[in-house]
Amino acid sequence: MSAQTVAIIDYGSGNLHSAAKAFERAAREAGLDDTRIVLTNDAELVSKADRVVLPGVGAYADCRRGLDAVPGMVDAMTHAAHTRARPFLGICVGMQLLATRGLEHEITPGLDWIPGDVGPIDPRDAGLKVPHMGWNTLQVDREHALLAGIPVGEGGLHAYFVHSFALSPKRSEDRVAHSEYGGAVTAMVAHDNIAGTQFHPEKSQRLGLVLLANFLRWRP
Amino acid sequence: MLKTRIIPCLDVKDGRVVKGVQFLELRDAGDPVEAAKAYDAAGADELCFLDITASHEDRGTLLDVVSRTAEACFMPLTVGGGIRMVTDIRTLLLAGADKVSINTAAVNDPDFVARGAEKFGSQCIVVAIDAKRTSGPGEPASWQIFTHGGRKPTGLDAIAFARAVTERGAGELLVTSMDRDGMRSGYDIALTRAISDAVSVPVIASGGVGELDDLVAGVRDGGASAVLAASIFHFGQHTVSEAKAHMAAAGLAMRLDL
Repeated sequence: MSAQTVAIIDYGSGNLHSAAKAFERAAREAGLDDTRIVLTNDAELVSKADRVVLPGVGAYADCRRGLDAVPGMVDAMTHAAHTRARPFLGICVGMQLLATRGLEHEITPGLDWIPGDVGPIDPRDAGLKVPHMGWNTLQVDREHALLAGIPVGEGGLHAYFVHSFALSPKRSEDRVAHSEYGGAVTAMVAHDNIAGTQFHPEKSQRLGLVLLANFLRWRP
Repeated sequence: MLKTRIIPCLDVKDGRVVKGVQFLELRDAGDPVEAAKAYDAAGADELCFLDITASHEDRGTLLDVVSRTAEACFMPLTVGGGIRMVTDIRTLLLAGADKVSINTAAVNDPDFVARGAEKFGSQCIVVAIDAKRTSGPGEPASWQIFTHGGRKPTGLDAIAFARAVTERGAGELLVTSMDRDGMRSGYDIALTRAISDAVSVPVIASGGVGELDDLVAGVRDGGASAVLAASIFHFGQHTVSEAKAHMAAAGLAMRLDL
């Protein structure tokens, strides 16, 4: 594979360094030596990147404000993902921002790339705690390149989740995987070149590193 | 299905693990980053650093430990000890912590929990509840919050405090029995259960693990979502995998990846 630049968008949301380090390790293990991982708040760089990652932890509205506060960033992301059709990955709240709107505390408009709302998790079993916090398995709704080589289902590998809100895609085919937590909780979404994970691949040990390597090779 | 978590906890002072970690073949048993890597490889579900550095001026050392750990270990990390201001939370999260554990600051001002949760989200705000049983024999069980390593009583009822910080946005509670801490006689199950039943957020049982059955009891009888332990792992009495196998054999859902 030829040289590529992966832009991880820095908009003041926490824990970007572990995402960058996890991508670096995934690239190294996959032999993608010409991959350059860049943490950046430079809209110009994002609009020209080969691949774009939108991480995010914290409250929905706070993340959206942070993203809007970076000059030109939403336009740059849109240019990369829609005009240039570059592979795009949202992680956790970064994935939730792909939705139409977030309903956490207040109604906040999202990017509307994956139509649907981000609402509170409401497990049917009242004994289940919220946040949904810890390691859960992935139940696959449809095959996807980012899950290649990852054992899924009850006996499969685990992904690390920590969230109280979840995205319910309007188009059922946008949901790639879910986890069981008193009902189905969306774990991964994708539409064309745009994907998102509710779990944290950068905190999910083996499963996470394989998924990140798959993203670095993904040709949607 | 969501799995029960096992969380080894390392006491860190001036950037070094207190008493060291005497298992596996670490090049430097006192280096928290080495210990973190070993627990990562051993299948720990999360890791907790508790900073007991006396002076607030020496925080740089801890931040360095956190950032080096986050660069090497792709697993969740909680950091507690000495968090007094919202900026303390921010610097720890930016250094690579996933969650922060707040103790005295939450006791002094429960609204501090709300400010942290509003800014960074409930998912990263853990409140550490250090409690001692204050009821006598034959009385209904009650516990009080203590600070300063169990030396300073606050007069606050532990269950009421647990509810209060959860309402203000704590995403998880780390419940330590100061009666049991270091005693190796098992968690205070009644305390763990009382708090777990009182709140909707996950509870981590802590304080007093002596054997693997204690971990099982913390979840099965105490209602904890996660179990925290230190010495049984650090001194090589049991490995994390042995603990997981034991808990799985007792019927608990464990993550056995590796």
